[in-house]
Amino acid sequence: MSPSSLLILGATSDVGRAIAHEYAKNGFDIILTGRHLEEMEKSAKDLEIRHGIKAQALYFDALDSASHQAFYDSLDNKPTGVVSVIGLLGDQEKGFDDFNHAEQIITTNYTALVSILNIIANDFKARKSGFMIGVSSVAGERGRQSNFLYGSAKAGFTAYLSGLRNEMFKHNVHVLTVNPGFINTSMTEGMDLPKALTLQPEDVAKDIYNAQQKERNICYTGWYWRWIMLIIRTIPETIFKRLGL
Amino acid sequence: MKLNGWGNFPIVDSKLTSLSSFLKELSKKSDEKTETREQAKAIPRGMGRSYGDSSLSDTVVSTLQHNCILDFDSNNGVVTVESGVVLSELLEIIIPKGWFMPATPGTRYVTIGGMVASDVHGKNHHCDGSFGRHIKQLTLLTGDGEKLLCSSTDNSELFYATIGGMGLTGIILEITFSLLAIDTAYIRQESIRVKNIHEAMEVFEASEDWTYSVAWIDCIAKGDSLGRSIIMRGEHAATSELDIQQSKKPLQLTPKKKRSVPFNFPSFALNPISIKLFNNLYYRKVPAGTTKEIIDYNTFFYPLDALLNWNRIYGKAGFVQYQFVLPKETSKEVMPEILKHIADAGSGSFLAVLKLFGKEDKGLLSFPREGYTLALDFPATSATFTLLNKLDEIVHQAEGRIYLTKDSRLQARWMKSGYEHLSTFQKVRQQNDKNNLFRSLQSDRLQITSNNE
Repeated sequence: MSPSSLLILGATSDVGRAIAHEYAKNGFDIILTGRHLEEMEKSAKDLEIRHGIKAQALYFDALDSASHQAFYDSLDNKPTGVVSVIGLLGDQEKGFDDFNHAEQIITTNYTALVSILNIIANDFKARKSGFMIGVSSVAGERGRQSNFLYGSAKAGFTAYLSGLRNEMFKHNVHVLTVNPGFINTSMTEGMDLPKALTLQPEDVAKDIYNAQQKERNICYTGWYWRWIMLIIRTIPETIFKRLGL
Repeated sequence: MKLNGWGNFPIVDSKLTSLSSFLKELSKKSDEKTETREQAKAIPRGMGRSYGDSSLSDTVVSTLQHNCILDFDSNNGVVTVESGVVLSELLEIIIPKGWFMPATPGTRYVTIGGMVASDVHGKNHHCDGSFGRHIKQLTLLTGDGEKLLCSSTDNSELFYATIGGMGLTGIILEITFSLLAIDTAYIRQESIRVKNIHEAMEVFEASEDWTYSVAWIDCIAKGDSLGRSIIMRGEHAATSELDIQQSKKPLQLTPKKKRSVPFNFPSFALNPISIKLFNNLYYRKVPAGTTKEIIDYNTFFYPLDALLNWNRIYGKAGFVQYQFVLPKETSKEVMPEILKHIADAGSGSFLAVLKLFGKEDKGLLSFPREGYTLALDFPATSATFTLLNKLDEIVHQAEGRIYLTKDSRLQARWMKSGYEHLSTFQKVRQQNDKNNLFRSLQSDRLQITSNNE
């Protein structure tokens, strides 16, 4: 039997890199995908040397949905699992004035992922096995003035994952939704994040691996986010709309 | 944010940025083609294990995310790494395959890039030179924004300026170096207790054919006991020298629990009495004469790593490390004189280390040169600064030099006298960094960078 393998969509992000190491450490072969081929090839070599597994780097452009089917068909060995770490925080103000930017945020965080994950889901369904992990965001749980373009796209993605989980369950495919809170990454570099609530990418990767292995459905990285978001969700809209969040 | 070196002194406000963000900013700036001279200065930083202000600047560029191991030829013992790879991680990969570092500092918690920038030395310096000697090539991003391959044949001036160059020639991106073959992860160690500095020097000179040698030296004892020491010398153990348990898996160690200093000690914890007590106990821990044992590589090379955050024992005010080297010819006379000053001041340190260096390598600002080196730490107090100013003068007169990686307080005038290749270094640096971008607080303080406009 060939070893387990993980396909990572968005492998050059800090969380993507950390997930690659976590799964490689646990014996998975790794397929890194993204647009920065040279950087990913270095990472692939690093994963092989450090963990003694097989790793490869492949060009994948999430925004070019027309290429997705051909991309997936070109994989010689189909993965046993897939994780999407693709995301674009974008610039809320810019996106509010310029629809091109708003569309970029929405496509990157939602519709592009629907395209590739549908293709993979159909393959997993046919093979009656596999796991799918979508890294969404706590920002998708309630729209806030500071990032609701990003948040609304993530909300769409979260709803997609929930439906996908429902659909795939009968086909023996497990779907995990990950809602990370603050993570110390280049996406958040320079932001003034509360230290006690901010996780390292490595911690997030470990949480994701454990949640996937235990077949959990929804995982908040940083357990306290579940409760923070519960509170945020329960604030009545009449009050919420007045808050400066 | 507030940043500091390992000595917790000084602490300054800096902008910490990742290498990838820094590169993006840099390319934006070169697109704009502004001719205005950039005032802000930047310096690369790895694990922040240099003691003083070597890795402090306006903008501090962390290489820690730039940490891929790019190649490991386990047949020939050659690796290529990105500069942010941490030594402890690399050791876990190379040792099980029968390889070790050709030169290693006294801690595993440094990046390989930092090891190049400090041109670190180990206990085998007298045989194998400093780390720079084993580097085949490096890729450097210069202040002018060029990525240059440097080796003894390509851009060789820049190569030797970068080895020991304290990050001032640019950001080291990749390093290729050769490894040392080993049969086991263990060291055959001999500890020799000697009564004073003269005996210590005799033993050092009689130990030149040992691969590793170093001495712990008591900086409190005076009179006939001035510089009493325990000299430790070692060789990589052969499998036949191990016990049955060890020889089953000679290249693997069972993991040990790490201890940590959980908080900053109050300032009264370190005082002349506690230091004297510690030094006495440490000296007597080893019986008189020679003791032989087989110990694992961590215990031999990285004893202080067993106590994470040991720098906290000096409390909030921090401490300074002082390391100098004297030419062999002046050592016999001057080393005892310096030890006497330290013992008289009575503020000497827990762990002072003495070693005999071998031949000098080619790094323009590399610290090691042939002769005796002494390293010790002091609390950052005004009494310490007075003492060290005095020692600077003595070191200068004896034609010695001070180790930049440990320094936080040296005066610029001693820099020129200690490092005879300084002007060559400055010339090479200037040719590759026209905007004077890569500077640290230290390099400006010592006028390595600020005076070459």
